Amino acid sequence: MEKFIKLKSIPAHIPLMNIDTDMIIPKQFLKTIKRTGLGKSLFYEMRYDESGKLIEKFILNNDPYSKSKILLAGKNFGCGSSREHAPWALLDFGIRCVISPSFADIFYNNCFNNGILPIIIDDKSIQELSEYSKRKEEIEVDLNEQEILYGNKKLTFDIEAAKKKRLLEGLDNIGLSLKKIPNIEKFENSMNKTKPWI
Amino acid sequence: MSKTLYDKIWDDHLVHEDNDGTALLYVDRHLVHEVTSPQAFEGLRIQGRQVRKPKLTLAVPDHNVPTTDRSKGISDKQSKIQVDTLRNNCKEFGINLFDVNDKRQGIVHIIGPEQGFTQPGTVIVCGDSHTATHGAFGSLAFGIGTSEVEHVLATQTLIQKKSKNFRVNVNGRLPTGVTSKDVILKIIGTIGTAGGTGYVIEFAGEVIRNLSVEQRMTICNMTIEAGARAGLIAPDDKTIEYFKDRPMSPKGENWTKAVAHWKKLFSDSDAKFDKEVNIDAKDIEPLVTWGTSPQDVSPITGEVPDPEKEKDKDRRTAMYRSLEYMGLKPKMKISDIKVDKIFIGSCTNGRIEDLRLAAKLLKGKKIASDVSAMVVPGSGLVKKQAEEEGIDKVFKNAGFEWREPGCSMCLGMNEDQLSSKERCASTSNRNFEGRQGRGGRTHLVSPGMAVAAAIKGYLADVREIN
Repeated sequence: MEKFIKLKSIPAHIPLMNIDTDMIIPKQFLKTIKRTGLGKSLFYEMRYDESGKLIEKFILNNDPYSKSKILLAGKNFGCGSSREHAPWALLDFGIRCVISPSFADIFYNNCFNNGILPIIIDDKSIQELSEYSKRKEEIEVDLNEQEILYGNKKLTFDIEAAKKKRLLEGLDNIGLSLKKIPNIEKFENSMNKTKPWI
Repeated sequence: MSKTLYDKIWDDHLVHEDNDGTALLYVDRHLVHEVTSPQAFEGLRIQGRQVRKPKLTLAVPDHNVPTTDRSKGISDKQSKIQVDTLRNNCKEFGINLFDVNDKRQGIVHIIGPEQGFTQPGTVIVCGDSHTATHGAFGSLAFGIGTSEVEHVLATQTLIQKKSKNFRVNVNGRLPTGVTSKDVILKIIGTIGTAGGTGYVIEFAGEVIRNLSVEQRMTICNMTIEAGARAGLIAPDDKTIEYFKDRPMSPKGENWTKAVAHWKKLFSDSDAKFDKEVNIDAKDIEPLVTWGTSPQDVSPITGEVPDPEKEKDKDRRTAMYRSLEYMGLKPKMKISDIKVDKIFIGSCTNGRIEDLRLAAKLLKGKKIASDVSAMVVPGSGLVKKQAEEEGIDKVFKNAGFEWREPGCSMCLGMNEDQLSSKERCASTSNRNFEGRQGRGGRTHLVSPGMAVAAAIKGYLADVREIN
């Protein structure tokens, strides 16, 4: 997994609440057996009309937003289906940081398994950052300092220490958990005695 | 110290806990389907890793399978690749698979309990958000992403942070025509689609206790639509009775031991909940959704809301967008909304009791002439049972199509989809934009309400069907 340390980009703002994972990547693209190649289908029904033509007014279809690495969105981002295809599509498009007042639980966790940083900040701060999106000015996210820098201002955000470390170091969770095999074996042995039906 | 049901199951599965509360939780049961698993198995292969406990995993194709005649195989090339990939992966890693033509094949959340693979007090995961369904039996069950599927396959554990405790009490007695689907829609409409974020919700109260286990599954199934990690209902005698003699249930001495354990699975009377909501059953009517979020609910006797009356700006914007997508006008009567299609099925409402209830209302009647309707049983065994009871004939005589089991039009990964602007009364769980097909308009309803809509050709009140 690629490390996440600092990221600088003109943010793209999609000012909608409850952006669900069906919206982020519709069902027809879940038939893949790969993790890659989903970027062109990100937000498919908002990006392309029924004949497959680009919808010009959609923000990600326009420069410089088509190269945005940071997405601003309304609350409860990523609700609905557990499909990890949603973060895969964002990542494949080039987005490595999503900023929203709140995230749905499964999507939030999926981000950390893909080197994407989800940041929770209040609505008012989103509106402030949105001005930078409109003016096509860059903002910078510094994970180590837990700061978003914009103009000559900055705001801080919270993140669990373990999740921060994973992103900063690009750690493989499975590798880490496999180091705890002795604990797992001990648990299983005890369970075999107390709950033999499992 | 007094504990909630969630606390008890959590503590019972804790393999390791870091100082910051990051926990390694043991997974007793892992369900796998064809859509969210190929990349996980591929990850294992690349790293040269094995499946730690193949016997604790059960696999079934459900999302991509056709619901029409299966004798010719799967015609969609990509769907076929995914189903074939699942078969090959299960063979390579030694995992039990109910393949497409197996009588036991069906929606993953229906076959788990049906087989007794799901059990009270266990931790159950699946790469599917509706894993919450299994919470109806007092198991801690939740959906995970594909990277986590890979983690569970390799380690039989999952990295988790503990959620907070939330209890929803549904008190009183349900009025006529109101079912568990209406109860959960009412709960989501009350707390909102993010109302449960950060929590595990335990459903309690007289109404929940009086529901059958299958009806309870509908409630826990849609817990994810309120944003919660999981939904839970304490097991009781009905739960224990349900699991007796299921193929994968504990047997003999193990059964006695298991039952003794299951009887301890309840929240202590003085357990502390971080949040609690009370709902009075008499305030629940048969409900429908009018918008593109499961919280957009209205009684069938009501009208489409007016966004102008909404004070929250973001919510108002979302309401306008929903109404435009749904092709509805503010203040129009819900019962004036004309439907084109009816879908009865899904992990929410595709069980035998759902089909019995629908058939009872439908018996001797015909669907409206300009409506098309289909029933997709949740599993091969549900289908078989229904056919033995003559339920298939009731549906077919009324003008419904009687299909093969699978997820079908709940998410339209197979051919079962809505066309643009087609309007559907659906017993499924999500009314998101494009969910049932690009431009398709979904109204979530109970099976009884789906039958009422099928007969009238409009969203209709189940209480007016005799």
